[in-house]
Amino acid sequence: MEILKHIIFYLFVAMTIGSACVVVFHRRIIYSAFALLGTFFGVAALYLYLCADFLAASQVLIYVGGILTLIIFGVFLTAKITSLDIPQQTHQRFIALVPAALLGAGLVGMIYGTDWKGLPPLSSPPVTGGEAAFAAGGAQPTAKGLGRLLLTDYLVPFEVASMLLLAALVGAMRLARFYRRED
Amino acid sequence: MQCGWQDSTEGKIKLYHKEHKEHKRFIHTFVNFVVFVVKIGAMNHLTTYLIISAILFILGLLAMMTRKNGVSVLMGVELILNAAGLNFVAFSRFNGGNLNGQAAALFIMIIAAAEAAVALAIFLNLYRLQATAEVDKASLMKG
Repeated sequence: MEILKHIIFYLFVAMTIGSACVVVFHRRIIYSAFALLGTFFGVAALYLYLCADFLAASQVLIYVGGILTLIIFGVFLTAKITSLDIPQQTHQRFIALVPAALLGAGLVGMIYGTDWKGLPPLSSPPVTGGEAAFAAGGAQPTAKGLGRLLLTDYLVPFEVASMLLLAALVGAMRLARFYRRED
Repeated sequence: MQCGWQDSTEGKIKLYHKEHKEHKRFIHTFVNFVVFVVKIGAMNHLTTYLIISAILFILGLLAMMTRKNGVSVLMGVELILNAAGLNFVAFSRFNGGNLNGQAAALFIMIIAAAEAAVALAIFLNLYRLQATAEVDKASLMKG
């Protein structure tokens, strides 16, 4: 069972990065939009491996249910739809590769170069899901703690975020409304 | 003739055994690899998550730099925000299960939702004005 957990972890990592590559490099924009689904689900699975159950659920709900739907609507509304085969152009592909590769090399070098002494590898693998796991003390449900944190330490950012969402809602409606031109 | 036939059969049998052996060796290597991978226990190391997040970040950056369509640029931004959230959650997990990082990831999600809605409204308007959603065509205010 232990081996299975590791193998499934690698599968999820491969799904995340593979579909992110499709998002970036595929020629048809609708394929990119649907490949984003795999990335979001993969990141949700990684959240589960990191014992963040509430975040994994909200990742699926908000990203897949909200943002991805919005993006697909955006794709269809900003193209003359004749078929699903909407090509998109890219530019500066090879010029862009250079700084991206440099930055990537720098990041990987920094991650491996830093001595994460305060943050050692976990002795026990993170156990997720199931009453038995909770009873065994492997993982704790995080929703309660997060809710408490949002209403105590993060109360001001929480209220500001609600104002931001309201403003974004009204602003997006105002922007996307159809105006008949007067002139 | 019969002798030769026997020779060839023996050769085939030998070959079969040899292939079988290589097959076995392959399986052995594979099992060893799996055991090695499990022994590393990549899912219990902080660096694994940091590397995944760095790769997502770089891919998002590439999408932002190379794509012409505004919606694709937005997808790159989403990738970058996901990478940031993953980093936050990983640090929170490896810092003794501190929930502060998860709260930050939650705020990132909120901001991503607001940003996606407003950006798509802008691209919709751009498409209405100029019949294209390509970001380098948005030069109406360029004197």
